[in-house]
Amino acid sequence: MEHIVIIGNGIAGVTAARHIRKLSDKKITIVSAESEYFFSRTALMYVYMGHMKFEHTQPYENHFWKKNRIDLIKGYVTNVNTKEKFIQLDCAADLPYDKLIIATGSKPNKFGWPGQDLDGVQGLYSKQDLELLEENAPNNNICKRAVIIGGGLIGIELAEMLRTRNIPVTFLVREKSFWNSVLPTGESEMINEHIREHHIDLRLGASLKQINPDENGRVKSVTLIETGEEIECNLVGLTTGVTPNIDFLMDSGIELGRGVKVNRFLETNVDDIYAIGDCAEQHEAIGHRRPIEAVWYTGRMMGETLAQTICGNRMEYKPGHWFNSAKFLDIEYQTYGWVFSEKRKKENEVHFHWKHPKEKLCITIAFDKVSETLLGINTFGIRLRHEIFDRWLSESKSIDYVMEHLRDANFDPEFYKGFESDIVSKYNSDFTKSINLKKKNLKRIFQLN
Amino acid sequence: MNSQTYHKSMALTGEPPKSLSIAQKLAVLLGFSGMGILLLAIFNVNFPNKTLWLTMSLLAISIGTIWFSWDAYSQKIPGIKNDGVWFKSISSRGLWAWLAGLALTGFYIVLYFYPEYLGLVSEGDNKGVIGLFDPLSKVLNGNPASQWFVYGTLYTVAILVFGIKFLWKYRHNRYERLRTWSVMFFQLAFAFIIPELMARLNGHKILDGGSLPYYDLKNIWPLNYYNFESYRIKAFLTSGEIGFALLIFGILSIFVITPILTYKYGKRWYCSWVCGCGGLAETAGDSFRQLSDKSTFAWKVERWVVHSVVVFVTLMTTAVIYSYLGTDTSKYWLTKSSFLIGVAVLLTLVFGWAMIFKRDQLQKDAQYGAIGYFIIIIALISFHFFSGDGEVFLFKSGTLRKSYSFLIGSIFSGVIGTGFYPIFGSRVWCRFGCPMAAILGFQQKLFSRFRITTNGGQCISCGNCSTYCEMGIDVRAYAQKGENIVRASCVGCGICSAVCPRGVLKLENGPLDKRIDSNQVLLGNDVDLMTLVNKN
Repeated sequence: MEHIVIIGNGIAGVTAARHIRKLSDKKITIVSAESEYFFSRTALMYVYMGHMKFEHTQPYENHFWKKNRIDLIKGYVTNVNTKEKFIQLDCAADLPYDKLIIATGSKPNKFGWPGQDLDGVQGLYSKQDLELLEENAPNNNICKRAVIIGGGLIGIELAEMLRTRNIPVTFLVREKSFWNSVLPTGESEMINEHIREHHIDLRLGASLKQINPDENGRVKSVTLIETGEEIECNLVGLTTGVTPNIDFLMDSGIELGRGVKVNRFLETNVDDIYAIGDCAEQHEAIGHRRPIEAVWYTGRMMGETLAQTICGNRMEYKPGHWFNSAKFLDIEYQTYGWVFSEKRKKENEVHFHWKHPKEKLCITIAFDKVSETLLGINTFGIRLRHEIFDRWLSESKSIDYVMEHLRDANFDPEFYKGFESDIVSKYNSDFTKSINLKKKNLKRIFQLN
Repeated sequence: MNSQTYHKSMALTGEPPKSLSIAQKLAVLLGFSGMGILLLAIFNVNFPNKTLWLTMSLLAISIGTIWFSWDAYSQKIPGIKNDGVWFKSISSRGLWAWLAGLALTGFYIVLYFYPEYLGLVSEGDNKGVIGLFDPLSKVLNGNPASQWFVYGTLYTVAILVFGIKFLWKYRHNRYERLRTWSVMFFQLAFAFIIPELMARLNGHKILDGGSLPYYDLKNIWPLNYYNFESYRIKAFLTSGEIGFALLIFGILSIFVITPILTYKYGKRWYCSWVCGCGGLAETAGDSFRQLSDKSTFAWKVERWVVHSVVVFVTLMTTAVIYSYLGTDTSKYWLTKSSFLIGVAVLLTLVFGWAMIFKRDQLQKDAQYGAIGYFIIIIALISFHFFSGDGEVFLFKSGTLRKSYSFLIGSIFSGVIGTGFYPIFGSRVWCRFGCPMAAILGFQQKLFSRFRITTNGGQCISCGNCSTYCEMGIDVRAYAQKGENIVRASCVGCGICSAVCPRGVLKLENGPLDKRIDSNQVLLGNDVDLMTLVNKN
């Protein structure tokens, strides 16, 4: 029986395992150094916040793995022998494989700051990071102030987490506005406001010079580049993005860039070795995507695709329309298609922006200047129906069509106040159009005809 | 290969600010002083001015609770407020939870089985805490209080004050707010005030001098399992047109009104918008919703137990009605035989419809269960025709009725269902015991426009939805596959959708077509691949 070994039990590796089991009877083994069972990494924050216990982050009951004949090994892979096809583990005998899937995810970036390895300095990615955070910042007696470096999705989550324990947080963001390499200005500024509303000391245009130790080798303070200011703190959160977790492959002969280099079939340069999820790096980026996509959904999709290949139906990784979501404190964010920030915006991309006069709600729709076809949408505080936008993007609907049928796309809970008519009237006045908003239509939404 | 490595439990001590603010401490003190008055009354401290002391007690409890909630939520930005839920003793099965569970359970045992300890006196003035409620009872219905009046009043107060708490907690969510206003209204008006006022009509000429039985109009058979017992039927039939109308309403409620509303909106129209049990679970029980068991084992137990209760209540009611019907068609059109034939025909129709048209939506064990129970019921009914001695079933109807009332009506719905809120979560009764919920659920699963739609591929498997599902549904198991959630037990409280950080879930009513799509419809991937994945 062919033996498939998967290194990493995150969403990519586990999805691959599940789909291989669905399609075949192969022997499957998952190796992980992080945790015994699969858990949702994105939910770690809720454990610290007390919304959930750790076991709630595990999507499958513990008996699931045995029932589906997926063997689990907790151990760290020290070496991959690609010639004789086995992996070496720190805690168990060598494990031979017929096919090897590398799905080891990421690790937090460190950019060589002085003091970055001091006690009390940490990232937030793994289960171990969460355990460390419980030691470093259990409450506001032990952690009198935390400084977070890096204004991205993990940074704002860490800030939210610490605030639930009333720990004062200083949030250093190098850019002039939060996450403005991705978000257009209006949206990014709204999030700035919301961060401050939560009593987080947001410092824009502020970068880290160094982290200063106390006499015990623990963090004592940080120093900023721009002002030279020294901020006393007991915790430094490094949240300046992630990088593939592939150090153990250095001498394996597998081609590496920043991540494990793969072709569109998720195959590495070595036969029978594949890489998926955060740690895989495409030789060439797909569409507007980045060569390394460290996103939950793409990990899942790569796992689904590779399972086909492994089970004899060689298949190219062809992600559909881009989508993503996040939550910034209390504000939900969804995006479908591409809406670029001013920095990365293309020549042909026009934005329509609407913001609620009082509440923290806004949307930005990007469309092509000439053809007026929809390119993408960002929404904050308004939920949208994925299926509808996926369809509209596939059918290259015009911005006028989108505006006319905007009610079909709303996914807010029932009885929520809709803002479609405000949005459409702003659109009409911005672009001198006279679009009439249509009523929500179940037949159109569910495509019944 | 499966190496059982040493399992290091996450040493997450969890130390959020879980201590109470000064205002909250004062609020707790105020609330407990109100409870203290009731407690003193239980121990027969004689209060001189009952009206005044009762008012003070109820006000202290209400204001204490409302003040506490105001302090907890008013200064916060609207949004999900679950910080520290699993760190607080009361909401994570800690010491306070066990104490509260014991206190509640004890209260129910005394209430159901030893009302004399609460001061109930059958002849003459009540004493103790029931006596304290006499003035209020006399104002409403003209009679001294009973233990049920005391219970009803406290129950209503709990739904109202914890309802206000819930309204603040979810003030950003209109679905939750409307739903809560609705249960507060139905409890206050339908369960509490209207029946008491109806009691004032007793003996009036508008009822032809008859007396109506106590009737909470939203309490439908089989939740209201005693609705068709002989004393009630007699009371309805001797109370003029109003009495007759109420009897017809009781029958229409279960056979006509309920199916129509459940078809259109799912069982949530009842379970989380109208029902009193649901109302208490959603308001006073909200802090315990995360304690429900999500394991597949619990789900198995749930399906067997709750459907067995339906069978039990059907048999019991059939037997009770049978027992007081006559045998002579010339005296009254409905006789023992015609009634039993009617029941058998109805059950056969429902069974046949489900097995013929909806079989693909029933799991194997559900089919076996249905067949087994169907055979048992029909066999027991035919016993009447073969035995020839006028007996139905192997048991006396009185025995069946008494056991049901004790086991289901008291122990299950009260002592376990509510007493164990802080241990098993707030919907134990609704999930494992309520025959009404099971019947509505059967229809919701097989014939309703309601579903929880999963939003394409946006799920990140975080588990908030499953954790906060009070019915113990593993919502995430569906959402992460891109599957809609169509579950018999879903009461449509909407909390899964509210706590989802990525906007994945939406409760909605839509066309039956494609409602249950067991295909994985995860979006984002290549279309050809999706076709393959869906092939299974």
